[in-house]
Amino acid sequence: MNVTPLRAAVSAGYDVERVRRDFPILTRTVHGKPLVYLDSAASSQRPLPVIRAVDDYESRSHANVHRGVHALSQEATAAFEGARERVRRFINARSTREIIFTRGTTEAINLVANSFGRARLGPGDEILITALEHHANIVPWQMVRDATGCALVVAPIDRSGELIMEEFHRRLTPRTRIVAVAHVSNALGTILPLAEIIAAAHARRVPVLVDGAQAVPHTPVDVQALGADFYAFSAHKLYGPTGIGVLYGREELLAAMPPWQGGGDMILNVTFERTTYNELPYKFEAGTPNMSGAVGLAAAIDYVESLGLGAIAAHEHSLLEAATAALSDIPGLTLIGTAKHKAAVVSFVLEGIHPHDLGTILDAEGVAVRTGHHCAQPVMDFFCIPATARASFACYNTLGEVQQLAAALRRAQEVFG
Amino acid sequence: MELKDLYRDVILDHNRKPRNFGRLDPADASADGHNPLCGDRLNVSLRLAGDTIADIRFEGKGCAISTASASLMTEAVKGHDRRTVHELFTRIHALLTQPTAPLDESLGKLAALSGVREFPSRVKCASLCWHTLNAALEHGGTISTEAGNESTSEGAP
Repeated sequence: MNVTPLRAAVSAGYDVERVRRDFPILTRTVHGKPLVYLDSAASSQRPLPVIRAVDDYESRSHANVHRGVHALSQEATAAFEGARERVRRFINARSTREIIFTRGTTEAINLVANSFGRARLGPGDEILITALEHHANIVPWQMVRDATGCALVVAPIDRSGELIMEEFHRRLTPRTRIVAVAHVSNALGTILPLAEIIAAAHARRVPVLVDGAQAVPHTPVDVQALGADFYAFSAHKLYGPTGIGVLYGREELLAAMPPWQGGGDMILNVTFERTTYNELPYKFEAGTPNMSGAVGLAAAIDYVESLGLGAIAAHEHSLLEAATAALSDIPGLTLIGTAKHKAAVVSFVLEGIHPHDLGTILDAEGVAVRTGHHCAQPVMDFFCIPATARASFACYNTLGEVQQLAAALRRAQEVFG
Repeated sequence: MELKDLYRDVILDHNRKPRNFGRLDPADASADGHNPLCGDRLNVSLRLAGDTIADIRFEGKGCAISTASASLMTEAVKGHDRRTVHELFTRIHALLTQPTAPLDESLGKLAALSGVREFPSRVKCASLCWHTLNAALEHGGTISTEAGNESTSEGAP
């Protein structure tokens, strides 16, 4: 195993067995085998503090927020707004006015595409994305392109799965109105050079939206240090509940943007003639929000910060190095995505065995991996493959599980002779 | 749930050496099938003598279940008329989806697909070729396992 002494030392202080005890689901079996959960990039599991926080809110404090004068409504509002402040501190936003709760990363990007995009884009304008994007950072922009007549420009990647920066710079032009990029590729694990991307965009006064869904669980994010204008992420990849996510936006941009969805909570005054919209962040939160989800997200943030995101990242990196070494030893296995800077994701194909068959055989061994196009069909097309198998690692995975993955892959080769 | 029930020797053999692989040109009918969830794509082309399938080929990229199922299907339907093929389709569909249905011994080699019903996520892999054949016999064009807007928008090949 190829682990640097420094990283090994950091990992050594990390008690993964203690972490695993926080996740009840990890004790279950699948098809009679202990569960080896390697699909956290699709959705991570929840630790007890998150499960209990949601349960506690539902059992004791639920009522609608921002409306009632009664005790429960005030408790629910305090819990919900407390969660917003927790998110603000987590990503170091200046103000809670910059923290908008959404259903997830997808809705956050749709919000920007619709509100910012439709107000600011027209024929002759360009949206710049990369060839690594998840469908959630492609399709909303295509819809805006079709509605406004602007163009969608794609910066290409190389065979290792890295963005070709030269090509990116070439596509950043006086016509570019917004840049929308992933922080970490979900299909390949590539970490994008955000500092360079954001500096180049800002030199042309172009705002940058960052899809942080795959980054937030694995690395500390400081939106001010990063300089991102918009940053989107989901709770359920951060050990929190589904159905809740965050859009961070710089206040002066959000203030100038029109509301996207209309309804309750996003208004100050309504008559049939006209409506006065609420202030930030409520202008962008129409309807009753997901309060228990926000409470769960806040608990998930407390949880990852109690472990330390730096310690989690170091642990995951040792798993990535072990997995890369173990899988490279398997004859006929090709890693897809070999960027220098990667999150703990290994995407691969095995000669003679379709990823879908691999997924079934691994499942029979209790090993859960994702197989398919990972909502990134253009990435698959680039590598001329229909699909990959993808193992993704989280704070609770072990070196033993890496070996179980490798053993299950050899078992697949036996089945297929 | 036993893996060897799914990946029987017949299945593995037809996956490694698919029969009737390729494309008939010219063909009297053809259709494309697509499973967007896993990326499987296949083409079924056939020649008809009256109402009978005189020749049939399939071509495509897919998992072992979809490749073997298509290969077995081409062997099973060659030389049969529409009515017989349609009836076979109904019986295959029952074999793949009804966990309690008694094994239909008269299906011959196709009965090797019965293990699929223990793996619900794989049923569409095995049935894609049959839906594609059905489309070729009915109207041609493109079918999708996920009936969405996409299914017919790509037009006939």
